[in-house]
Amino acid sequence: MRYLAQQRNFMSDSTSPILTADGTPLKTKLAKTTRRLRFKALLLTLPLVFFIIITFVLPIGQMLYRSVHNPTGILVTPNFAEAIQEWDGEGLPDDRIVELFVKDLAVAKKNREIGKTVGNLATRINYEIPGSRSLFTSTGRKAKNITEGPYMDALIKINKKWDNPAIWLSLQRASKEYTASFYLAALDRKYDEKGEVVMADELYQIYIPILMKTLWLSAVITLICFLLAYPVSYLLSTLPMKTSNLLMILVLLPFWTSLLVRTTAWIAMLQTEGVINDFLVFLGVIGNDGRIQMIYNMTGTIVAMVHILLPFMILPLYSVMKTIPPTYMRAARSMGASGTYAFTKVYFPQTIPGIAAGTLLVFILAIGYYITPALVGGNDGLLISNLIANHIKSTLNWSLGAALGTILLVVVLIFYWVYNKLVGVDNLKFG
Amino acid sequence: MKLKTLTASILAVGLFGAATANAGDITVVSWGGAYTKSQVEAYHKPWVAETGNTIKSEDYNGGIAEIKAQVEAKNVSWDIVDVELSDAVRACDEGLLETIDHAKLPAGADGTPATEDFIEGTLYECAVANIVWSTIFAYDKSKIKENGPTTMADFFDLKKFPGKRGLRKGAKVNLEFALMADGVEAKDVYDVMATPEGIDRAFKKLDTIKGDVVWWEAGAQPPQLLADGEVTMTTAYNGRIFNAVAGEKKPFEIVWDGQIWDLDLWVIPKGAKNKDLAMEFLKFSTGTKPLAAQASWISYGPARKSSGPLVGKFATDDSIDMGPQMPTNPKNLANAVQSNFEFWADNADQLTERFNAWLAKS
Repeated sequence: MRYLAQQRNFMSDSTSPILTADGTPLKTKLAKTTRRLRFKALLLTLPLVFFIIITFVLPIGQMLYRSVHNPTGILVTPNFAEAIQEWDGEGLPDDRIVELFVKDLAVAKKNREIGKTVGNLATRINYEIPGSRSLFTSTGRKAKNITEGPYMDALIKINKKWDNPAIWLSLQRASKEYTASFYLAALDRKYDEKGEVVMADELYQIYIPILMKTLWLSAVITLICFLLAYPVSYLLSTLPMKTSNLLMILVLLPFWTSLLVRTTAWIAMLQTEGVINDFLVFLGVIGNDGRIQMIYNMTGTIVAMVHILLPFMILPLYSVMKTIPPTYMRAARSMGASGTYAFTKVYFPQTIPGIAAGTLLVFILAIGYYITPALVGGNDGLLISNLIANHIKSTLNWSLGAALGTILLVVVLIFYWVYNKLVGVDNLKFG
Repeated sequence: MKLKTLTASILAVGLFGAATANAGDITVVSWGGAYTKSQVEAYHKPWVAETGNTIKSEDYNGGIAEIKAQVEAKNVSWDIVDVELSDAVRACDEGLLETIDHAKLPAGADGTPATEDFIEGTLYECAVANIVWSTIFAYDKSKIKENGPTTMADFFDLKKFPGKRGLRKGAKVNLEFALMADGVEAKDVYDVMATPEGIDRAFKKLDTIKGDVVWWEAGAQPPQLLADGEVTMTTAYNGRIFNAVAGEKKPFEIVWDGQIWDLDLWVIPKGAKNKDLAMEFLKFSTGTKPLAAQASWISYGPARKSSGPLVGKFATDDSIDMGPQMPTNPKNLANAVQSNFEFWADNADQLTERFNAWLAKS
């Protein structure tokens, strides 16, 4: 740098480009060096990029793909799937299309290849028209006995349910490679008998209300975490090293205990015959019949989840607060500001990056939690993640689970975007 | 130097391969807790002692999601799994399980061929039943000393028996209980449930106790809820309550009225790494003696008729006779319903959604 400065002093009013020691122009040499440094930096990050692609982008991409990919109809009844697309949706399909259906069904019953069995198609149609699963499996067993037309009549003889256009419309939809039905179901909508998109029956509307409830509950938990964590972090950052280290260990201690152990500990504490209620009865504050219901309701969920997520708020706040020099506050006080004024105008704005990091972390974690609410939440313990887990585990409707997961992802990204507009991602600091 | 390390590594791999070639090893998956313990005592230990193979025991919480994930990924680590009937039928229909040849199952100890020895409706294309279990309800005798509940209607009667109730979280079993409490006869329950009005009726009955229900998900929770005094009565798997009574001397009483019995079966996922060995284990564990032996550890009925007479006393307490504890004991079958797997295979998804929506509306 000194050399450049000298050069500049020498040639202050010269128009020829500055040259480096080996005669190349400084500009090109600089550009070349910068490129080389950037390339080295890129190479250093490549392993991490591959790691993220393999463990994050690919699996999530595959899940997202599942939410629209609908290969069952085409795999189980390939000839029928092609032919049914020509049907106009009025009345019942032609007999030659039904013949292909019956023949494909007989072939599928013989093979037992995964993804191509009658059971797969039965399950798929059952998602849209409950009760059709046994219809398909029983018809599948008898399909090979139908050797000649009219095929529609033969099917109806096996079971009257085949005389319903809704089933054939559903089969037509299931025979397309990509479908929006799972997203419709995730948004509490469905196709009616005519194939139009309508809201699902009121008795079955669940996903949107639960999604709203999850977002609201996560916001409440984030707020409570913030109110509790701020003073604790402030204390930790202003105490002398020895004491603050000791207190920090107390904050981190819960991390070393299993999540389920912590949750069941809360059950033991909060239940009607639990520690807290027994203690209050012993003190005489409440009667034996007036025990407080603190668990298997919203209170229990909030208490347990705040307990589990508190360290995630304390740590970012602590790291940021540690970097704030105490001189600023002193300077503000010395210039006549009252304690509150100095705090709100000088100290608090400097902690905003930490607050941003902490709230984002806690909110995103809270949205995904479902074990704790399931155990302590009772009626109120059903959150969107429970539903997604239910679809992955029990109903095996992985496509609907994927659709719900995508919607959750999009909602969180929208939140993040709004957050970014308000706070600014560059203002995020973890310490 | 290079040749040395090369030879050393080849030797190491060879030895490792040889070491694992002789001992067979299968992964047996079941539900955990007292139930898995009964299987370890009655099936695992005798089989290991007899054949010299090893068993790795794993727990899971039901459903065929893990089996589906493993089979689709063509990386099946579970060799044999204990599943509920509706799961077994569904998984079989979707091509996720190996078929089982019933002719290969051993005959009963009294010589009856397997196909006649197994109780009706316990042998399926891809599954062989091992036990009959039941969902019942239980209460604490020390809290309700006399005139305790005797019928399913009593369970739903908050005036006569105030206090909270425990129910399994989900539509299955609860809808049947609600209908029976509402006066439907055991033999008509599924006919009523086949109609939309029947389902509405069941939910309306559940509404009457909704505010006082504690929902449980794992089999071990109901005895704990009773012990904690959190609920006055709770539905539960009969074997778990029995173990709390017999093993931990808890004063619980089972009410058999309205019991809903079901089967548990062994299945082998398609492409299991040790499927031949798993099949040997299946044949052994569903033999007459092992099934009768498991009945002495937990009160689940054996699926073979020839095992019935061999059921004796509770393994750790000679004073308890296991016979009366079985769901299949004639005294307990007075007002019993067999869980209809066809109905649930068809309607579980939709009814679970409706149940969740109902649960969320407070």
